[in-house]
Amino acid sequence: MTTRDESPAGDTLVRTPVAGGIGESILRSDGVPKITGNFAFASDLYADAMLWGATLRSPYSHATITKLDVTPALAMAGVRAVLTAEDLPGRPTFGQEVQDQPVLSDGTVRYWGEPVAIVAADDKETARRAVRAIVIEYDQLTPLSDPEEAVAAGSIFKEARIRRGDRAASGDIVIEGRYEVGRQDQAPLGTEAGLAIPDGQGGVDLWATSQWVHIDHEQIYPCLDVAPDQVRCHPAGMGGAFGAREDISLQIHLCLLALRTGKPVKMEYDRGESFVGHVHRHPALLDFRHEADHHGKLVKVEARIVLDGGAYTHTTGSVLGNAAYFAVGPYNCDNVFVDAYGAKTNNPPAGAMRGFGVVQASFAEETQMDRIAEAAGVSPMEIRRRNALEAGDRMSTTGQVITGSLPTLEVLDQLDAIPLPDNAPVDDPRLLPGGTGLTSDVDSVRRGVGYALSIKNLAFSAGFDDYADARVVVTEAGAEVHTAAIEVGQGLISVCQQIARTVLGIENVAVIWDNTSQIGSAGSTSASRQTQMTGGAVEVAARELRERLLDQFDGDELDGQGIWHRGELVASLEEICSKGPVSNEVRFRHPETFASDENGQGDVHAGYGVAAHRAVVDVDPELGLVRVVRVDTAQDVGVALNPMSIIGQLEGGILQGVGLAVMEELVLDKGVIRNPTFTDYLLPTFLDAPAVEARLVEEPNDWGPFGAKGVGEPPTISSTPAVVAAIRAATNKPLTRVPVRPQDIALG
Amino acid sequence: MIVTLTVNGETHTASVAGWESLLSVLRNELGLPGSKDACEQGECGSCSVIFDGSLVCSCLVMVADCEAADVTTVEGLGSADELHPVQQAMLSTGAVQCGFCTPGFVVAGAHLFSENPNPETDEIREALSGNLCRCTGYGAILRAFEGLAAEPS
Repeated sequence: MTTRDESPAGDTLVRTPVAGGIGESILRSDGVPKITGNFAFASDLYADAMLWGATLRSPYSHATITKLDVTPALAMAGVRAVLTAEDLPGRPTFGQEVQDQPVLSDGTVRYWGEPVAIVAADDKETARRAVRAIVIEYDQLTPLSDPEEAVAAGSIFKEARIRRGDRAASGDIVIEGRYEVGRQDQAPLGTEAGLAIPDGQGGVDLWATSQWVHIDHEQIYPCLDVAPDQVRCHPAGMGGAFGAREDISLQIHLCLLALRTGKPVKMEYDRGESFVGHVHRHPALLDFRHEADHHGKLVKVEARIVLDGGAYTHTTGSVLGNAAYFAVGPYNCDNVFVDAYGAKTNNPPAGAMRGFGVVQASFAEETQMDRIAEAAGVSPMEIRRRNALEAGDRMSTTGQVITGSLPTLEVLDQLDAIPLPDNAPVDDPRLLPGGTGLTSDVDSVRRGVGYALSIKNLAFSAGFDDYADARVVVTEAGAEVHTAAIEVGQGLISVCQQIARTVLGIENVAVIWDNTSQIGSAGSTSASRQTQMTGGAVEVAARELRERLLDQFDGDELDGQGIWHRGELVASLEEICSKGPVSNEVRFRHPETFASDENGQGDVHAGYGVAAHRAVVDVDPELGLVRVVRVDTAQDVGVALNPMSIIGQLEGGILQGVGLAVMEELVLDKGVIRNPTFTDYLLPTFLDAPAVEARLVEEPNDWGPFGAKGVGEPPTISSTPAVVAAIRAATNKPLTRVPVRPQDIALG
Repeated sequence: MIVTLTVNGETHTASVAGWESLLSVLRNELGLPGSKDACEQGECGSCSVIFDGSLVCSCLVMVADCEAADVTTVEGLGSADELHPVQQAMLSTGAVQCGFCTPGFVVAGAHLFSENPNPETDEIREALSGNLCRCTGYGAILRAFEGLAAEPS
């Protein structure tokens, strides 16, 4: 086994590598409970004498409430509490960036599914029936459903703009296009769920689906009108997230009901409620104009981007910023002008989803790049090579010099090195577009190949004080890592173990999830940041602790037995811990970032990762059916701490990108979601999943544990434009909208 | 109403509401939360169980139809000390991420291999197409089952 024991700081460890350290594809320690059905997800939590909560939601996307009478519900046997806005003890609104969403409706409902009242009852069915017993009447108002209309009317959350270079610059090749991205849902398999238990002293403990318990905590306690330490948010078992749990769903409601009734309260959304109970990816309209010289080198990019933020702010400001900052993609260009608007509408609120604004921009700019390639008479790969942004270059939008690793050309070369299948569509109904519906005829099916390249910022940006706290403890039995970082399934639990093992030389490492009163924030499990941020905190905490112990016991090495000096054990773990476990807690920060100026210029980001995708599709052009045969990828990962976990992120992310490309969309009619079920919101199944070959490009980053980079989001970004480019290659249709629908191919 | 059924070899008599699903009774009455509730309409397979030898979504089975039924859930297939071969295979290839779909895949996979010990790749994909996974892209799950299929039965 080889290990990379050299940290970016240049502190080199010399020792026999401990089993299960960095670089190994270790098995996750929560794997056995998960595979035997014994892992406790938030929806599996239980407390004696617990009540069940349920939510009354608006059936209209815009209305005023003219009558609200909860007495029939309260009169029902088994109903313990019914709360409306009148009962709120503290701040009546919440929100991560702006506190503008009512905890319970303030008398106006601004989106379909907005919570109006909450109920606690002895059992789930009684709670549901009590919701239906509440008497409520509305006056419907005209919903503002069209984001373009909203922008025209000045109904916007935020504007972002980029002004860099010379507006008069021009090129030989001019490509204009309008693109549209539909509303994708994260659709984590586990729905929103949680359990709140009152402590009997006015406080409450909460276990709920969340990607960041500390930001939940900040939003919860003011709404309860209690002191901060009276609310303790505990990490809970997560059935996926993908951005859906970055914003509050049922957390405040659960705490309100538990404090009101004095009893534990559980809530669990069903799938339909989950679709309205969490934010979605922002739908987008993107107008792009690229100018390039006759070689296809970019001269100027102009873009106008409208994101539909829905009814309340959530993270729209940050998503909008990302869409603007990444409007050019991973390419050099000196003249960039972007105007981006986050529209405020009566549609369901939008927020975080894997890729966070970059997905939308990437679909537009990658399609533009393909069109430039065609006009310049070069291949899709060549146009990307000619314009590739690399370490040391300036970001085309912000002007920031890229200081970390960014092996864009190597990523393209590695993708190119993956053999392309030359096999034609196979005459097996299971492997043709439409599958065993037997609708496609192999003779009419055409194969296409498409390429895309993407860049994503890693960790939080634009001056946000981004940090992660972690505590490493040496005990008589081994070591512990304490963190409030959320393991959503991505494998942070393994990364924390591997880093601690490698640094401490101790194999027995347990990861312990602390609550908000036990440890400081780890920041969100989002922005591809936890491997670098919490992983970085664990690395520093473990390294400092090791050095401290070596100094204290005059040793030269630490391992699972204890401290050694010139080959002799001088202090066992028991002796080290004679006065109790020894611990070290650190707050890890990445290189400082800054808010951009009024022209969008500045050192906005802490680092970047690049990824490239090549899709192969079979298309029946008459029926408009697509089968995505394979999506190959090369991705910049810094250093691969756990290759198997990374492959899992790449394959899973690609399939979400495939979903956006060809099937996933929440369809709205005047703000009302028409398909909030797994029957009607199509997710890729096993039969829709392409084969994937992935190459990991390792060039250590300038910060993060052992040079590792976050890897979670890039797979979901350029996989979508690659698939659509492949469909375009097979059909010669413009396909400017995702998801691509059968009619876009057959009739477009 | 009173229903008597066998779950994982153990006979249970439960007092249930007739409209309840088998999934609800497994999770809330019988203390078997391994079967997961993700869509309640038979689309995702997270609640898969083996019901009188057939693979079913337990969210679609009314418990009133479970009198004298023989049900196997994920809890009946293997334990931490003695994993079912499907469980071992899925662990080894990294087929478990968030884990919410995992029990359903274990049950569907065990059912597939009980009927066809050496399925081909396309047979695996088809047999598991009723189970949704949002994390893995199915790659690691396929590698797990391909590996198992290649073992001598």
